[in-house]
Amino acid sequence: MPQEIPKDNGNGHKDQHPGITQGASGEMTVEHVHKGYGLKPLVKVVLGDCNFVLENRKLTVLIGPSGCGKSTLVNILAGYDMPDSGKVTLDGVPVKGPGRDRLVVFQETALFPWMTTYQNVSFGPRVRNELSKEELRVETTRLLKLVGLEAFADKYPSQLSGGMMRRAELVRALINRPKVMLMDEPFRGLDAMTRALMQEYYVRLFETKPGTNLFVTSEIEEAIFLADRLVIMSNRPATIRKVLEIDLPRPRQFQMLTSKEYLGYKGEALEILHEEAMKAFARGKTSSADFVEAYSKIAGK
Amino acid sequence: MSAPPKGSKNGSRRKKIAKLLKDRATYRGCIAIIAVLVLWEAGSVLGLPILKNIPSLSSVLVSFKEAVFDPAYYVSWKDSFMRIFLGFTLALIIGIPLGLFMGTSRYIRELTLPVFEVLRPIPPLAWVPASAIFWPDVEMSVIFVTFLGAFFVLILNIVGGARSIDARYIRAAVSLGASRRDVFWRIVLPATLPSILVGMTVGIGVCWNTVVAAEMIASRSGLGFLTWRSYVTFSYPMIVVGMISIGIAGYISSGIIRILGARLMPWLKTN
Repeated sequence: MPQEIPKDNGNGHKDQHPGITQGASGEMTVEHVHKGYGLKPLVKVVLGDCNFVLENRKLTVLIGPSGCGKSTLVNILAGYDMPDSGKVTLDGVPVKGPGRDRLVVFQETALFPWMTTYQNVSFGPRVRNELSKEELRVETTRLLKLVGLEAFADKYPSQLSGGMMRRAELVRALINRPKVMLMDEPFRGLDAMTRALMQEYYVRLFETKPGTNLFVTSEIEEAIFLADRLVIMSNRPATIRKVLEIDLPRPRQFQMLTSKEYLGYKGEALEILHEEAMKAFARGKTSSADFVEAYSKIAGK
Repeated sequence: MSAPPKGSKNGSRRKKIAKLLKDRATYRGCIAIIAVLVLWEAGSVLGLPILKNIPSLSSVLVSFKEAVFDPAYYVSWKDSFMRIFLGFTLALIIGIPLGLFMGTSRYIRELTLPVFEVLRPIPPLAWVPASAIFWPDVEMSVIFVTFLGAFFVLILNIVGGARSIDARYIRAAVSLGASRRDVFWRIVLPATLPSILVGMTVGIGVCWNTVVAAEMIASRSGLGFLTWRSYVTFSYPMIVVGMISIGIAGYISSGIIRILGARLMPWLKTN
């Protein structure tokens, strides 16, 4: 069910999403978030007016052209950066800084190079001193097995492949049982085969233990394959152009990529993205060239 | 660089030697060294211009043989090494924590860095007269100058290293619940370790430069003094023995640091 969020909707935001105030834990709302960089007269506005909700047990995918401000938005959700105006809340509580209830898996690997896979994955509980040594060992080993890394527990990140590093990073976050998982283009830069494999790993992890997940990508196929809800961002200054509810059956299978429903969603999303591209093009933005190139290719298919 | 893994130490060493014997670069290197030695000896035997002024290889070897059986020679080694050890260790004890503080705290950096910028360009040897006045005995002033040699290099490297830590590591650690203390011990320190080791490697070199010169100027013992005394007492072959000894000592020192580095930073091992 496509749902459009108007750009200026005053305080009517919550009314558009009945059911979000039911107190399910791990729900994030983004209300009228603006963000710019630079000094006063030359402020470069990155985020125009962003509004959306991350619901529990839903995999929300944020898609938009590269450089449109997706990472800025993730940094704000994670609490690494503060919005210039607007509000970000988790279960009704405003986000004031980074916390382990919202964990980010980054674009480039942020595994600590001086720790083994085991030490990396167990880092969170270790520094918080939560588990006994034995409990920590059991839990870490269980998660390493889950992503097929138990044989690489004593290897350093430099000895792992790109896909292994992403999996290690994924479980390093999961071991902390965060309320919200923020995935900032985590599979970017992986080769096509590894990427497909990682998507499958990730979607299985989500389906066995669904929580609040935000997955940021610029790949339309990946986006629809994973998403329950697809949030489409406009070009800079970024706003939420459209929210599509993706009503495809779970567990997701790759065969789905050829189904009529899937192609319907894809067409709908591409139309909006293409429209955005043309708008940017008309305005003569520098980024429009990249934008058109990226999306006309897929749209042509 | 890469220390062999535990257990297979002997096997991998044998492999290394076998590889070395197969490598043509090894033979080329040997040829060059032999050529230099032949030229050296020929220079004095044939009386070639300039070369004939250098004590001949054979005379140096004779002096070396004498030195090896002379306990005083080893005392020179011990004295120089002791000065290096004390000066360098002092530089590590003071320099590493200070460098880390300066790298991580803007307040401390802004407070102390200007002082360092003024003192740093002064060559350690320029401190010799001042430290001779300042310290009650010669030994202390030599150690102090040695300390300075490593200290500034170390500080500069550590500050640079600590400041260039990838912010993502700190972000990730904080997100996962690390306290300030955890961030320091588990992130900042290991992330700066490569820079510390670079500072140590360069620093130990400067230490040897400094200690040798300081021994020549102010001291009555050590390898630097041995070399200088040989010059003053006209025992020229012994000068060369002193020079070679200093070279070997420097090589041993940096070798120890290299091994230490490989031990402390197993994640940098390339394989």
